[in-house]
Amino acid sequence: MTDRSTEEATADRPLLEVEDLRTYFYTDRGTVRAVDGVSVSVSAGETVCLVGESGAGKSVTAESITRLIDTPPGDISGTIRFKGRDLTEASERELQSVRGDEIAHVFQNPGEALNPVYTAGRQVAEVLKIHTDLGKAARRERAVDLLDRVGLPNPGTVADTYPHELSGGQKQRVCLAIALAGEPDLLVVDEPTTALDVTVQAGILALLADLQSEFGMAILFVTHDLGVVAQVADEVVVLYAGKVMERGPVEKIFHGAGHPYTRALLACLPGRGGARQSIGGEPPSALDPPDGCRFAPRCAYAVGECHRGGHPDLVPVDGASDHVASCLFHQSGFDRSHIEGDPPEGGDALALDDGDTFARSDDNESPEDEP
Amino acid sequence: MSDDDPLLAARDLKNHYPVTEGPFRREVGSVRAVDGVSFTLDRGETLGLVGESGCGKSTTARTLLGLEEPTGGQVRFDGEVVFDGDAGTGVTGERRKRFRRDAQIVFQDPTSTFDPRMTVGESVTEPLRIHGLADREHRREVGEDLLVRVGLDTEDYDRYPHAFSGGQRQRLALARALILNPRLLVADEPVSALDAAVTSEILSLLADLQADLGLALVVISHDLRVVREVCDRVAVMYLGEIVEVSPTEDLFADPRHPYTRALLSAIPEPDPNVRSNPVELSGTVPSAANPPSGCRFHTRCPSVIQPASVDLDQETWRRVVDLRVTLAEGIDADALVRVHAEADESESDLTDRQVRRALRAEFDLPEPIDDEAVEEAVTDALDAVARGDEERALDRLAAACTTPCEEHAPALRSVGDGREVACHLHHPPDGVEIDGDGESAASRGDD
Repeated sequence: MTDRSTEEATADRPLLEVEDLRTYFYTDRGTVRAVDGVSVSVSAGETVCLVGESGAGKSVTAESITRLIDTPPGDISGTIRFKGRDLTEASERELQSVRGDEIAHVFQNPGEALNPVYTAGRQVAEVLKIHTDLGKAARRERAVDLLDRVGLPNPGTVADTYPHELSGGQKQRVCLAIALAGEPDLLVVDEPTTALDVTVQAGILALLADLQSEFGMAILFVTHDLGVVAQVADEVVVLYAGKVMERGPVEKIFHGAGHPYTRALLACLPGRGGARQSIGGEPPSALDPPDGCRFAPRCAYAVGECHRGGHPDLVPVDGASDHVASCLFHQSGFDRSHIEGDPPEGGDALALDDGDTFARSDDNESPEDEP
Repeated sequence: MSDDDPLLAARDLKNHYPVTEGPFRREVGSVRAVDGVSFTLDRGETLGLVGESGCGKSTTARTLLGLEEPTGGQVRFDGEVVFDGDAGTGVTGERRKRFRRDAQIVFQDPTSTFDPRMTVGESVTEPLRIHGLADREHRREVGEDLLVRVGLDTEDYDRYPHAFSGGQRQRLALARALILNPRLLVADEPVSALDAAVTSEILSLLADLQADLGLALVVISHDLRVVREVCDRVAVMYLGEIVEVSPTEDLFADPRHPYTRALLSAIPEPDPNVRSNPVELSGTVPSAANPPSGCRFHTRCPSVIQPASVDLDQETWRRVVDLRVTLAEGIDADALVRVHAEADESESDLTDRQVRRALRAEFDLPEPIDDEAVEEAVTDALDAVARGDEERALDRLAAACTTPCEEHAPALRSVGDGREVACHLHHPPDGVEIDGDGESAASRGDD
């Protein structure tokens, strides 16, 4: 992979560096700030998860990287450096050579991502036609190879089938084969298993891990499923209303979350046992985000300060530079113990639901998870 | 009609869809979406129905409520037969209407279940109107009450569906289902279109409502985590049949059916320190139009039983069965040869030897296989494939490697503690011996 990188780029810099990304959509009803100042970096061979509720800006962030968003109505600003190159400055032509070759995407719904009138093999071969010099026969052979690599039994037969003849899991594997055809350095997968059954999901996740160790790809993984995050991520970025709430190694996010939003999200997870809690309320409108911290209107710990000014900056949690959260209470001059105990009674936030009636015992539960 | 009767009882429920062909729609077969499902549901109880997509969960629900006529079997509600698929009859007239009042359903997608041109108040109270409450003011009163009960505002009554988020619409759908005071509520994937945060709110609401109203609840979901939150008992379905029924916590603590084990192990652990270790299933779900013989799960089961004549380690045995299953579906041997070809080989010397080697590589079969008879059969079969005679290959494999699982269909039978399992490992058919006891065999491949 390094042989394709430019000289100075990769040594100690991340493969992808997104800084202060803002993707706005100008609509009749006003400006939708889908992504509002997000910074993410992905190093070679690493898996970074973007998590959040729907509407948090996960997919728009992922799609802004290779400008899959139509502009207009979209407007992308900020810097996106990939292997030292600034993609925000790149022409459409340059981007086309990056897409599918160096950065490949896999989307949530494989049924819609595949073209119903071409065979699976032909769709894989198409990428090879664009990005390689292989002849027709060689492309076909390589396509069958790739279909085998993504764990499709009987790849020769699958190559000649049309998408409607395949199951959802098989279609997603075909999409993966298409994505791998260009031997990308970065694979952007957007909810790749959300539409699939849990057994099929397990297979796809295992395959992604295999492929990553074999090809050394970096993966930017968009999902709302924290269970999946726990299993695949090295690094987690928690998004809410277009802002980064918290960023850090997966271990610290699950066992030492610094932002009340992250903790609230973890507390919603079904099947963890113990008293499950709801966040309450609704995410804010991207047309008219609230002043102060975007999460403040739903936060059980919010105080007056939280509702003023802009969204708080990301500051280190516990002084560790690899783990940052954008909560006021981690800034100097604030008492972080405020957000560590139980939420104060009668705060201006919505009361948390009483979870007692759903308490179920669970052997795997670690008590320190609960805020 | 005593109180000891379960509220709802399905016996051998079937729903087959005809597959037709040609200009005269000649029936050439049937998709057996629901194929002999039996269970009971007590008053106030919550039963989960889980399984992968296409296993017949939703069809079961729709058939239970009479949204589709069963093609066989019987549904009893409150001691009364409401559908009899065998006789093609059921209750009619006033009694049928009463059943429709008593049994309600909430669907997966709360967006498509509301008429965008009706206010939500009109939608929610429409069942009242249909069932004879003519007084508009009275309807409004009841409707507003219920909106508050499901966590919305009385002001919402006059708004239109587009003004609500997905979670709110699901609350509205619940309000509409509950407005007739039903005794049974079926929730078909009630949260699968929702975010985790909203999911937990809706599940809390469901459990609250159930406790307050004493509803019997059937929750259908492909997500076992959801079922675990709200259900007393869980029925696991595979390809139109129930394979295991058990109290929820017992099922999660100690799944008995190999399929249940696989399902549970596939749930990602929401903790980065605990690595999920999913049981791998072979192949994909077979078609319900042509389900496998015997135990329908045998084509994928990691614990598939070896015949008395075979003595192999379970993994190798599974791969031999995989070879047979895949051959039966048809295989492109030439493509496999190319995939597994070594770099220095050109295509021109595609030999029988290469075909044999490619197939062994594809199915990860050792050479030789540890069991002489199986090794011989596999070698013969691979030779036959190389010659293009796949029928001969299949016959050869069938002769040596037929598993008891494909010969006998297991019935759902009790294993104690209110649990039922349909698996030969727990109730071996006559003349079949299981290595060790069934328990340990069933858990093989779990670690």
